[in-house]
Amino acid sequence: MDTALRPPVIARPPPTRHVGLLARLRKSLFADWKNALATVIVVALLVRWVPEFYNWAVVRSVTQPDNDACRALDHAGACWGVIAEKYRLILFGRYPFDEQWRPLVATLLMVAMLVASCTRVLWSRWLIAAWIAVLAIFFVLMRGGVAGLAPVETARWGGVPLTMLLSTLSIAAGFPIAVLVALGRRSHLPAIRSMCIVYVELIRGVPLISVLFMASFMFPLFMPPGISVDVLVRVLVGITLFSAAYLAEVVRGGLQAIPKGQHEAAAAMGLSYWQTQRKIILPQALRMVVPSIMNSFISTFKDTSLVTIVSLYDLTGSLALALGGDANWRQFYLEGYLFIAAIYWGFCFAMSRYSQWVERRLNVANAH
Amino acid sequence: MAVIAAAIWFLAHNTLENMRVRGIQSGFGFLAQPAGFDIGESAFAFDSGEPYWKAFLVGLSNTLRAALVGIVLTTILGTLIGIGRLSRNFLVRGLCTGYVELFRNIPVLIQLLMWYTVLNGDWLPPASEALHPLPGIFLSKSGMSFPVPEWEQGHGVSLAGFAIGIVVAWLYRRWARSAFEKTGVARPMVWPALLIACAGALLGWLAGGAPTALEMPVRNDLNVSGGGAVTPEFLAVTLGLTIYTASFVAEIVRSGIQSVSWGQTEAAGALGLSRAQALKLVLLPQALRVIIPPLTNQYLNLTKNSSLAVAVGYPDLVSISNTTLNQTGRAVECITILMAVYLTLSLVTAALMNWYNARSAIRER
Repeated sequence: MDTALRPPVIARPPPTRHVGLLARLRKSLFADWKNALATVIVVALLVRWVPEFYNWAVVRSVTQPDNDACRALDHAGACWGVIAEKYRLILFGRYPFDEQWRPLVATLLMVAMLVASCTRVLWSRWLIAAWIAVLAIFFVLMRGGVAGLAPVETARWGGVPLTMLLSTLSIAAGFPIAVLVALGRRSHLPAIRSMCIVYVELIRGVPLISVLFMASFMFPLFMPPGISVDVLVRVLVGITLFSAAYLAEVVRGGLQAIPKGQHEAAAAMGLSYWQTQRKIILPQALRMVVPSIMNSFISTFKDTSLVTIVSLYDLTGSLALALGGDANWRQFYLEGYLFIAAIYWGFCFAMSRYSQWVERRLNVANAH
Repeated sequence: MAVIAAAIWFLAHNTLENMRVRGIQSGFGFLAQPAGFDIGESAFAFDSGEPYWKAFLVGLSNTLRAALVGIVLTTILGTLIGIGRLSRNFLVRGLCTGYVELFRNIPVLIQLLMWYTVLNGDWLPPASEALHPLPGIFLSKSGMSFPVPEWEQGHGVSLAGFAIGIVVAWLYRRWARSAFEKTGVARPMVWPALLIACAGALLGWLAGGAPTALEMPVRNDLNVSGGGAVTPEFLAVTLGLTIYTASFVAEIVRSGIQSVSWGQTEAAGALGLSRAQALKLVLLPQALRVIIPPLTNQYLNLTKNSSLAVAVGYPDLVSISNTTLNQTGRAVECITILMAVYLTLSLVTAALMNWYNARSAIRER
């Protein structure tokens, strides 16, 4: 009888259609006035700029290496002819023109090796042996002097092979250093710990370019008189030490996440310090930080573009080499930058996608 | 230990030996000598007769100027894009995702060089035919000009009013907080405080005679004169750094927002908090705890990346010390100064960060 006194519940309006493409679109794009405003702004921007860019990059562009046609465009369209004309200089730098099959083969080998390293079925001890073999072949091909190959000094190395070499070697050499430094930062010996802290904080506190300046201007002063080290090696050491400091912090993050019980259990089993680290702690810690390690690799790869500033002709530097000295093509720098940006982007995007894939796999593995 | 001491001694010995052999002088005495080079842009007057240490100061001020402008812009842009990546609207979401994936995978140096090519190449008209996209703004090969208010007494009074307003706003917040703790009556804290501060500035401005004069840039046959102006180098550096770093900030903001679990929103709703209250009291504090440390890292990265300005000829600290190094040959001293300055900036920021972390960390029993 109580219920009779309650006011009747007014029926709700029927739900709006929520299946079908149109309904989904309306829900996504025009759910409320803010959403609708955002849609209108984005569509307006796209309508304004996408056709313009498409016209510039495709419709009005010149793809033949025809300087007069490019100049006639007056930047109304892209002059991809500059790439057609200069691509070998951009990709291989000052490497002798007739010998450029060598860096091409070396780079392809390296890329194949990178792809192989990312493939799960191939993860084994043989991979390390293969890496050493490929690096040896890389150096033989690039440097020459044996097996009838004409010698080419490192000063003439450039372009994509140099970028690949710098990033691969600095990552490969930086990783063990990073692990040691990360362990050192958690060491119980105060001398080792403080040294590792100073190293990491010092390097992380300064820009890479100052480390590169140090490698190219100050390093010669450190060496005993009479010994001179190739500038490529000095820069490589600089980048390695730099990326190792960042990587060490990533690894340390992983180490910190290992519960204390793991150390205690290992000690209870009578494992020594190094046995504990190698067999118990590091495998778990590294696995935990794989995505961050990949991010570190990506930024090292991008950072190699800075060697241009200390006059090495990596991909960025060889573009300046290719266009800077040629008054006919100098005005088409932007197209050149877009070209090498696309190359860098391809590598980095592939790496970040791979890291996401690894992360998902790890999450699946951890969930079990 | 002994190995490392020996290594350091070995390096130091070699260095001194090499310097002696090559006749390189050492010491920081050169800083007092006249620099002998001009600097394109500077926060304060500088000419080639002034000493090196002043040139370094100019470099530092230019670095800080680019970094500060970059930090402010990148925070705004990055936050907008980070929020946009979580939008229900798939156009907005797609655009923001595309932005992040595009710009974070291209080396920042190339981005800087690209912007510089566009801003200083044949893409923009010369100053005499400067573009005029908005009233008062001119864009040309030689940079951007914009109107600035002419300095008058009134602005000083306005600033003073603003300062007083801030004090009053702070007092209001203190009162409102203690009243809330005593009586439980919640008063709005943010908007009245902002309003009071702005009202102070407005009153000061009115009391100072309400100066409205703007110094407008004017285009004539040769160039654009008057108003404020920034060089294409500065524009390229700030644009490049902002756009690159914003892609990282966006990811940080996105993951920070996503790190607060949905249960928190539901729990806030169950407690009867309004949407705004839940955001302010429950969600934001938790998200900020995740966002702020990596965000500070990005600010530091931006400051360190501003050293790439040397590649486009912006006279920042690196560029100045590079010039000085080439003129005097004091490699060790110049690079030491360079590293010491960046290191100081980083350590100060890190110290502030640690202080903040200690303050905002979850209190665990």
